[in-house]
Amino acid sequence: MASEATTTQPAAADVKRPKLEVLEREELILNNRSLAWITDRICGIVENRMPLLWWLIFIPSALVAMIGVGGGLTYLVSTGVGVWGNNNSLMWGWPIVNFVFWIGIGHAGTLISAILFLTRQNWRTSINRAAEAMTIFAVCCAGIFPAFHVGRVWMAWFLAPIPNANAIWQNFKSPLLWDVFAVSTYFTVSLIFWYIGMVPDLASIRDRAKNKIRKFAYGVLSLGWRGGNRQWRHYEMAYLLLAALSTPLVLSVHTIVSFDFATSVVPGWHTTIFPPYFVAGAIFGGFAMVLTLMIPVRKLFGLEDLITMKHIDNMAKIIAFTGCLVGYAYLMELFIAWYGQNKFEWAAFAKRTGLGEDDAPYAWAYYCMMTCNVLAPQFFWVKWCRQNLWVVMGVAMLVNIGMWFERFVIIVTTLARMWLPGDWQYYHPSPVDIMTFVGTIGMFLALFMLFLRFLPCINIAEVKWTLLSSNVHRDELEHAKEEAGAQSFEAGGQAIGKKQG
Amino acid sequence: MNTGIKKVYGYLARFETATALYKAAAKVRDKGFKKWDSYSSFPIHGMDDAMGLGRSKLPFFVFFGGAAGLFTAIALQFGTQVYLYPTVVQAKPANLFTIPAYFPVMFELTVLLSAFTTLFGMLALSQLPRFNHPLFESKQFARATDDGFFIAIEARDPRFNREQTKEFLEEIGGTDVELVEEQL
Repeated sequence: MASEATTTQPAAADVKRPKLEVLEREELILNNRSLAWITDRICGIVENRMPLLWWLIFIPSALVAMIGVGGGLTYLVSTGVGVWGNNNSLMWGWPIVNFVFWIGIGHAGTLISAILFLTRQNWRTSINRAAEAMTIFAVCCAGIFPAFHVGRVWMAWFLAPIPNANAIWQNFKSPLLWDVFAVSTYFTVSLIFWYIGMVPDLASIRDRAKNKIRKFAYGVLSLGWRGGNRQWRHYEMAYLLLAALSTPLVLSVHTIVSFDFATSVVPGWHTTIFPPYFVAGAIFGGFAMVLTLMIPVRKLFGLEDLITMKHIDNMAKIIAFTGCLVGYAYLMELFIAWYGQNKFEWAAFAKRTGLGEDDAPYAWAYYCMMTCNVLAPQFFWVKWCRQNLWVVMGVAMLVNIGMWFERFVIIVTTLARMWLPGDWQYYHPSPVDIMTFVGTIGMFLALFMLFLRFLPCINIAEVKWTLLSSNVHRDELEHAKEEAGAQSFEAGGQAIGKKQG
Repeated sequence: MNTGIKKVYGYLARFETATALYKAAAKVRDKGFKKWDSYSSFPIHGMDDAMGLGRSKLPFFVFFGGAAGLFTAIALQFGTQVYLYPTVVQAKPANLFTIPAYFPVMFELTVLLSAFTTLFGMLALSQLPRFNHPLFESKQFARATDDGFFIAIEARDPRFNREQTKEFLEEIGGTDVELVEEQL
């Protein structure tokens, strides 16, 4: 990747020839690991027995998912949506809070795999596979809520433009229908991207397989991939095209989710800042979730040489950056509500924040969101905090919580204090609400654990590609540097001489 | 079914490093072979030129996939909103001037059909899925997805010769040169 560090002065001046300065590429994989080591370490996770901790996470998560999602939704469908805490004024309540929360989580995966690919950020290769998996599982969790929120879930097929006996067609002018298209496209494209990226790695597992069942299963999944350059060239083009398609797609998805709010005439929602604010928040929350998952995973499976402190440092910086964007959006929204002189808009924000207003039942949620999303990431300005895994993990957890509260603040506090004082209510989630949400957390974790168990959790081919030795012109480069009397430097300015790739 | 008849697929030679494979590929290209391929566990930058291959044709197909998505969305939205079921909601009339409201779905379907074309186009161009292949007969070829670098020259290439091709592969630095045969 392009290093931002500037050239440094050579330390030794007592040489005859003028020493040219060369800034070495920073190694993304530590300890000069060989190609075979990388294959072995990553495929080994799939081939060996899972550690005890895996079972300790998988079994409770699967149980929680079965009771929460399975049981909660069965009760909901057999009784009616009245078992949720939603009421006449708070018709969206927790289900839509959870929907926006989960869909936002997914965005980091596509950001890492698409946007960082187009901007040639090669450090993405160690984390993109797991982040894409996370995207897909998060979108699965998200999809549950709007599907059941339609009330009669067996009528959910009405969302699709299919000719029906009533001769009724969907309203394509509605952001809610745009959302159906955006989310389903996002899920499908993410799944294709994830799968295409995985084919060469599945072939690696196939070729190492000792038993017949595994050989057959991974043989089918890898589609007979042979790794010939006549395949790679189409594969690389497909990857590039999908990255180029996913980049505007990921930005569009949360933009359209924000249109659900922004195109309404509800004070507190009807603002133009919503699309960029939602997208920044989604990336922010998504990276926090990537860190929450990857820090334990790298420890559990001994992947420290592949997912290095540099990766964690980079992700922490992205969290700090997007956290500032989100903070700016919060404050700008508040400022414009005051500066815009629209008394309804200001009333909505006064009741949300408690500024000059006694009737602010949800001010606690607002300040919880502010603390978690705006203050917590500020720790990442300090290098020590980005290097300390406990601090990184703690901040990531706070951001996960904060991002849920952001959606709660936007949806619940606004709907609880809309136009008519007669409609004003306080929202209480019902036990079924809580069960379903906790159930989706269990489902997300259980699916992620199954992913770790059965699929290569790091992109083997791409990690190999980023090794310094994979550059076929490396020996010529080294030779040319020697001829010119060049001296190599690391980013810190330390003379290192010739590096082994 | 095993008939006991074997058919020669071609020669397979192994190379130590990506650089060695890259340099050998350029020599195979210059020798004039056409039915051959170089195998590695990761895409090697610059290998397309070393093998004398042009740019992938995939974007050409994806363009039409995307266009099909766009026209599907236009037809779907105007067809249903203007002709089949016109309704005036959100003060938006049921005519051409409502087009801004139709942009999101146009965009999404363009992306969706482009992505499908990318997937199926990639598979078609690289002739996948193909679960059986003569190269899988070779034991050492399992390393192609691990840390091996291989060149295989097929017997159906007009320049293929049982002795000379073997010598040629050894000459350009190939080791473990192996005649791969297919069970018929």
